[in-house]
Amino acid sequence: MTHIKVTVDGTVYEDDVEPRLLLAHYLRDRLGLTGTPIGCDTSSCGACTVDLDGATAKSCSVLAVQADGCAVTTVQGLAKDGGWTPLQRAFHEQHALQCGYCTPGMIMAARDLLRENPRPTAEEVRDALEGNLCRCTGYQNIVRAVLAAAGGQDGPEPGSRAGDAPGAQATEEVRA
Amino acid sequence: MTTVAANGRRTAFVDNDQKPNGHGRMLRKEDPRFVRGRGRYVDDLQLPGMLHLAILRSPFAHARVLSVDTTLAEAHPKVRLVVTGAMLAEKGLAWMPTLSNDVQAVLAADKVRFQGQEVAFVVAEDRYAARDALELIDVEYEPLDPVIDVRTALAPGAPVIRDDLEGKADNHVFDWETGDAAATDEVFRRADVVVSQDIVYPRVHPAPMETCGAVADYDAVDGKLTLWSTTQAPHAHRTLYAIVAGLPEHKIRVVSPDIGGGFGNKVPIYPGYVCAIVGSLLTGKPVKWMEDRAENLISTGFARDYIMRGEIAATREGKILAVRTNVLADHGAFNGVAAPVKYPAGFFGVFTGSYDLEAAYCKMTAVYTNKAPGGVAYACSFRITEAVYLVERIVDCLAAELRMDPVELRMRNFIRPEQFPYRTKTGWVYDSGNYAPTMERAKQIAGYDELRAEQAEKRARGEIMGIGVSFFTEAVGAGPRKDMDILGLGMADGCELRVHPTGKAVVRLSVQTQGQGHETTFAQIVAEELGIPPQDIEVVHGDTDQTPFGLGTYGSRSTPVSGAAAALVARKVRDKARLIASGMLEVSVADLEWEKGSFTVAGDPNASVTIQDIAMRAHGAGDLPEGVEGGLEAQICYNPENLTYPHGAYICVVDIDPGTAKVTVRRFVAVDDCGTRINPMIIEGQVHGGLTDGVGMALMEMIAFDEDGNCLSGSLMDYLIPTALEVPDWETGFTVTPSPHHPIGAKGVGESATVGSPPAIVNAVVDALSPFGIRHADMPLTPSRVWEAMRGRPLPPI
Repeated sequence: MTHIKVTVDGTVYEDDVEPRLLLAHYLRDRLGLTGTPIGCDTSSCGACTVDLDGATAKSCSVLAVQADGCAVTTVQGLAKDGGWTPLQRAFHEQHALQCGYCTPGMIMAARDLLRENPRPTAEEVRDALEGNLCRCTGYQNIVRAVLAAAGGQDGPEPGSRAGDAPGAQATEEVRA
Repeated sequence: MTTVAANGRRTAFVDNDQKPNGHGRMLRKEDPRFVRGRGRYVDDLQLPGMLHLAILRSPFAHARVLSVDTTLAEAHPKVRLVVTGAMLAEKGLAWMPTLSNDVQAVLAADKVRFQGQEVAFVVAEDRYAARDALELIDVEYEPLDPVIDVRTALAPGAPVIRDDLEGKADNHVFDWETGDAAATDEVFRRADVVVSQDIVYPRVHPAPMETCGAVADYDAVDGKLTLWSTTQAPHAHRTLYAIVAGLPEHKIRVVSPDIGGGFGNKVPIYPGYVCAIVGSLLTGKPVKWMEDRAENLISTGFARDYIMRGEIAATREGKILAVRTNVLADHGAFNGVAAPVKYPAGFFGVFTGSYDLEAAYCKMTAVYTNKAPGGVAYACSFRITEAVYLVERIVDCLAAELRMDPVELRMRNFIRPEQFPYRTKTGWVYDSGNYAPTMERAKQIAGYDELRAEQAEKRARGEIMGIGVSFFTEAVGAGPRKDMDILGLGMADGCELRVHPTGKAVVRLSVQTQGQGHETTFAQIVAEELGIPPQDIEVVHGDTDQTPFGLGTYGSRSTPVSGAAAALVARKVRDKARLIASGMLEVSVADLEWEKGSFTVAGDPNASVTIQDIAMRAHGAGDLPEGVEGGLEAQICYNPENLTYPHGAYICVVDIDPGTAKVTVRRFVAVDDCGTRINPMIIEGQVHGGLTDGVGMALMEMIAFDEDGNCLSGSLMDYLIPTALEVPDWETGFTVTPSPHHPIGAKGVGESATVGSPPAIVNAVVDALSPFGIRHADMPLTPSRVWEAMRGRPLPPI
C-alpha cells in the first residue's frame, strides 16, 4: 500500500492504495466519482479522459500513485451547483451526445483543445478528438458543439482561459 | 438557424429556442445528467457488501476440458467463491436456452467451443483480486481440431462441434428458404442478362462504448432477485431468468439503468449475467460482473458473417426480373441469434429490396463453427443489413454489366407509389413508399450530375474517384403477434400513462433506450396527443417492476410498436378526459372540440377546460359523469398489424490515394424517409451514428480469426472503429411518406443508416476501381485490400 494525497475536483483526498490501482478505478470505485467511465482496455477510447495537473490524461493509463500530489479535474468538477459550462451547454444544444458514455471524456478533451486553441477550425477539432471514440453521434454534432462553445455566445471570451484552473471555474458557469 | 459546414454547404442547425408541445426539434431531457457525469450506468452501481466477479475464458477454440483445479484460487484471501462448469452441471445450470431455442454453455463443463468461452468464475472482494485469482485456476485441456472456415464446416469428417446435442453428427444448424425456386429459375432461363457475384458480409461487432455487465443482488430473506444489467430487453430477460433459475417472475426485478450504447449487442443473455446471479445466490451478497473490452469483442454477440452468392436477371433494357441468392451463414458455436422464432434468418427475405420483381428465391444454410455466438446485432434490423447489401451490390453489378448509370437503373425498377401496400415475391407487405422523390432529393443534394462530370475529368487526369449509390427499404417494428415471438413471447409492447392531479404525467414504457432519446421523444408523442408540455411528462423505462410488459428496444422497433402504444394510450386518456370535460362544461361529448390541450364547447370559445383542469377534476371533489371512475390514467398493449418500411437514398463520394490505396469518404448524402418525424434533431443524430457504422464496416472493421481459431480482433487496437478523422460532415435530407397503419404515421429509423450506408460506400469504391477492371471487392476495404484490388487481385476476407 502506498499513501497518496490527491486533489480531485477541488477536494483533497488522502488514501492508501495498491501501487497497481488505476486512476480510473480510484476515481470510480474508491471516490465514487463515476462520471468518468471506462470503455476499453488498451487506452484507445478516451472515455476516461480527465484533467491531470492541466493536461488531459486517459485515467485508465495512469496509476493512482502517479497522481499523488496532483490536481485531477473530472467532468463532475467542471460546473458548480448544477450549472453548465459552455461546453456542456453546447453539447446539449447541438445534440452532441446520445448514450452519453463517451461524453465526459469528449468534454474533457474538447476543453483541453479550447484551452490551447480558443478558435479552432472544424478540422482542428476533429484532429484534437481523435483519441476519443464515439459509437452514437458520428462526431459531426460533437464538432459543431465544440465550435459553438468556442465561438458561440456562451463560449469563453476570446483569449480567456476559462476553466484553466479550479479557481477559474466560476467564470465558466453560465445561467442554469 | 443555419450554419455553414466546413465544406461550405449549409446544414440545418438546432434551434435552441424551439420548445415544441409535441413533435418537432426539442433538446433532450436526458442530456443534463450525462454532460455532468451524472448518468447511472451498471458499473456505477455500488451496493453495500458488493463483491466482484471475473470470468476465466478458454484460450482454445475447440478443446476438451479434462480438469479444472481451483484449489489455489480458493485459497486466495480475498476470494469468496470459485465456480466451475462441473459445479453448475450438478445444479442443472451449466446450460441455458438461447433466444433461438438452442442451448449455450454458461460455463464449459465438457469442452470449450470457441476462444474466449466461459470456463469458470471467481467472486472476490474487489475486481483486482478477482482477476488475480483467475491466474490461479489450473485448467487441463485436450485440444481438438477446430472448424473455422464456414465453407468446410459441413465437409465429411469435419469435427463435430455440438456433440452435446443428442444425435448430432454434423455442424448443420438449419436450412431455410423463401420465395419460389421454380418460378425464379424460369425467369432466369429467359432473361437477356444474368449477373452473379460472390459477396461476403464479414463478421463485425457492435462494440458499444460501454461493455456488457450486471449487478445481481439476491435477498435471501424475501427471496427476491434484483438484477441491474445492460439489457435492451429487460422484460424478456426476466422471463428467461424465471425459466432458467426457477424463481417466479414476481420475485425477479430486472433493471436496465442508463446504457452506454447497445446496437444489438445487449439483446442476448450472456453467461456473465447468469454467473452474476449464481454468484449472488451462493454468496448472499450483491455481485458485480463487468466485462472488459477484449471479452466484449471475443465473446459477445457478433454481427453479419453471411457468405452470399447473389444473382440478378434482367432485360437488355434494364428491367430487373428476378434476384436469386444462396447464403452460407456462420452462427458460431451456439445458435444465439436474437430473432423472432419463426425467422431463423431474420428478415433476410426482404433481399428483393426496393424493386418490383417477377420472381425471387433464397436458399440458406446455417452452420456451427468454433467461434462466439451471435449474428443478429449492430443495427441489422434482423439481417436486413445483409439483405440490402446483397441487393444493392448486385444491382450495381448489373448496372456495370449493362453500362447503365446506377441511379437510372434503380429509378427504372422502383416499386411505384400506387403499388403500396406492395407484396414482395418473398411475402413481405411494404406499407408505403414514394421512392423516386427520395432518390431525386439525394441526387439534388449531392449534385449528382456534376459529380459524374467531375469524376470523368479526374479519371482523365489519373485520379481515382468513386460515386456510390444505395437505395434501401427497411422492415422494422417487429412485430405482429400472429407471426412474431421471441421464445413464445409475442412482440407487442405495453404503455401506461398516468396524469397526476396537477396535470403532470408519467408514461411508462416497455422498451429501453440505449441513447436513442426515448425520454424525450416519448414525452413528445404524449404531448402531441394530450397537449401536456413534454417537460411535464416523465418517461419511465427499464425497470420490470415499474413498467408494463414488452419486448424491448432493437430492430428499430421502439417507434413502430411502443411509439404507437404511447400515442394510443394518450388517446385513451383523452377519451376519458372528454367525458369528464362534458360533465364540467355541462354539454354532451359531441359538442366538445379538442384543440391540443383543451376541450372547448363548439361555438362558445369561452367555455373551455384544459387537460390540467380535467386532471384536477378527475382526482378531486365533485361529481364525475355517470360511469366514469376517478383518476386519469390508462394502459395499453399494442399489437402492430404490420412492420413499418422506411426507405432511403444514399450517395457516397470517395477518393482513393493511388500511392497508398487509402479510401477517403469525401462526401456522404443520406436522404431518409421514416414517415412522420417525431424529433428531427434526434433522427439526424441517429442517421449520423449509423452512417459512421457504415464507414467502419465498409472500410475498417472485421472480427478475424486465424486457422487455429484465435480471434485476431480482440481489442480496439485491432478492431478499428472510426474516429472523428475518418468520417466527413454528413449531409442529410428527408422526405415524408407516413406509415398508413401506424397511429401517428411514424416508422422506425434507428438502423436505416447502418443498413443503407455500407453498400453505398462499397459501391463508391468499386466505382472508383472500375478502370482497374474491378466489379466487386469485399469489405473491409482497408488500404492493403484496396491495393490488391487495384492490381486485379481483390481478396476475400481472411
